[in-house]
Amino acid sequence: MTGASPNLAAPVSRRHPQVDTPSSPVVHFDASAPLRLACQQDLAPFSIAYETYGELNAAKSNAILICHALTADQYVASRHPITGKPGWWNSMVGPGKPIDTDRFYVICSNVVGGCMGSTGPASINPKTGTPYGLTFPVITVGDMVEAQARLIDYLGVDQLFAVIGGSMGGMQVLEWASRYKDRVFAAVPIATAAWHSSQNIAFHEVGRQAVMADPEWSGGNYYAAGTVPKNGLAVARMAAHITYLSEEALHRKFGRNLQDRSSLSFSFNAEFQVESYLRHQGSTFVDRFDANSYLYITRALDYFDMRESAGGVLANAFRGTKTRFCVVSFTSDWLYPTRESREIVQALNAVAANVSFVEIESDKGHDAFLLEEPTFFATIRGFLNAAATKRGLGPAEARK
Amino acid sequence: MNAPDLGKIVGGPKVPRVDHVLIAEMVEAGSRVLDVGCGDGELLQLLSERKGVDGRGVELQRDKVNACVAHGLSVIQGDADRDLDNYPDQAFDYAILSLTIQATRQPKNVLENLLRIGRRAIVSFPNFGHWQVRTKLLFTGRMPVNDNLPDQWYLTPNAHLCTIRDFADLCELVHANVEQAVAFNAYGARLPIKWSLSMQNMFGEKAVFLLRGPGLTPTNR
Repeated sequence: MTGASPNLAAPVSRRHPQVDTPSSPVVHFDASAPLRLACQQDLAPFSIAYETYGELNAAKSNAILICHALTADQYVASRHPITGKPGWWNSMVGPGKPIDTDRFYVICSNVVGGCMGSTGPASINPKTGTPYGLTFPVITVGDMVEAQARLIDYLGVDQLFAVIGGSMGGMQVLEWASRYKDRVFAAVPIATAAWHSSQNIAFHEVGRQAVMADPEWSGGNYYAAGTVPKNGLAVARMAAHITYLSEEALHRKFGRNLQDRSSLSFSFNAEFQVESYLRHQGSTFVDRFDANSYLYITRALDYFDMRESAGGVLANAFRGTKTRFCVVSFTSDWLYPTRESREIVQALNAVAANVSFVEIESDKGHDAFLLEEPTFFATIRGFLNAAATKRGLGPAEARK
Repeated sequence: MNAPDLGKIVGGPKVPRVDHVLIAEMVEAGSRVLDVGCGDGELLQLLSERKGVDGRGVELQRDKVNACVAHGLSVIQGDADRDLDNYPDQAFDYAILSLTIQATRQPKNVLENLLRIGRRAIVSFPNFGHWQVRTKLLFTGRMPVNDNLPDQWYLTPNAHLCTIRDFADLCELVHANVEQAVAFNAYGARLPIKWSLSMQNMFGEKAVFLLRGPGLTPTNR
């Protein structure tokens, strides 16, 4: 099948309405306040969609920014408007939970380049009246942080009590701590790295090539063609999803079990449970994520290398920091293995930063950071409690 | 290991270890302290309560690190042999190694790192020169097992046991100035400071040394 689809009459309608009108609040920055990107282009106007939970205290000292990972969004603890599923970190964020919304004012925004209401390649370029597509500038993790800083300014928060995030979210945490040393009291980079490895770039390239090889991608202009590169994006997601798990977890969950059959059928149907699972992951993903956003955000990760802007020495990125750090890794995470977290810790030690580092034992791979691991939760709770005491924040208000 | 159990590891109405009490006396209030091999964070907790120190810890065992961090202590999972090289010179007022040096692979390197990282180093260790150890070895011909050295030779994490004399020699070798050396007997009582080194070595079950590195003279400390 090619791009010659009968939907040509209604091109823009193939974009998800959440791109233009998210269910969450959204702040628009007009042409007078452009976002200067790392590629030296200005993005203007631009929008940042965000969710907040809890109340900002009078001293404005209890705000926590949560940074989301590659394909997540602002719906950290609220129902997803497309999938209807609970927030992606629902077990971590909420009243009485480790990131306690009775105590903290929690902010989570969709990254710039995303597709859930913040400006990205699926958004309409006001200069042309059509979606940006590949004319959208290449963004970086640093750009995501600069856009968040605008949102934080807009929300009237001077210093964040904490910036917390896993995976790509952890990279944003590191950028925040490096760029805005006075604005981050505590930082929690989880299951992350200070630079993207060659292996991870390789995986991303496989994903991007899968998207671009899909004829429905139409050179990135599928919005106008009225198509969606579903197959390509689904394959990209399937490949990526394997990297989020561990061999042990996959084996425990699926083994060599067959799907809805008792014997091999000598075909290329999804005979094994693991195949069926991956196909499901792929096909549900395309309903909620824009293919071009996937290209741009994976690119941002590939470009990520904090050593570069620090003259080749990671420690320089944190020199002079007063932030309290809590670095967390997971034993079975092979996407961002413990040694990459240790490198962050070593850099922080080299500048005598206040740092805790915990490696959590888990066989669930990279995705462990999204799951309810008791030791992990106790760590986050304990670290935040101690930091809150240092920051002069009282205990949580009695819950109704 | 479940989250609720963590509460039992740190805190609680525990009587502090005698060597910890002595270390807490040695440390100046409000100073910056690195506790290498901090275990469950008992000493850091004590130093923070009694001396209001800004304390950090390094601990090898993952579950102990988790317990420390869950209780609000700044502790990293790491190894005294491997992870001290990254710290800058004089980053701390005190670098402490409490009953840990005997379990390191390279005690001399570790001690030199401590003296570099801290303006002062405090090292405590079990004394293998204690008379009970000597008599046990002399009369039974076997490695001693007691409260101070609780494990059989094939189970112990201790790799480099030493006597007070041995440690004093090492201090001389690395040009560390011994500012204070205190030994405890088996009942946790301090031996008189005026006792000779051989007497301390004979009757001290544990010892605590307060050291100053070679790079620092009393005028620029």
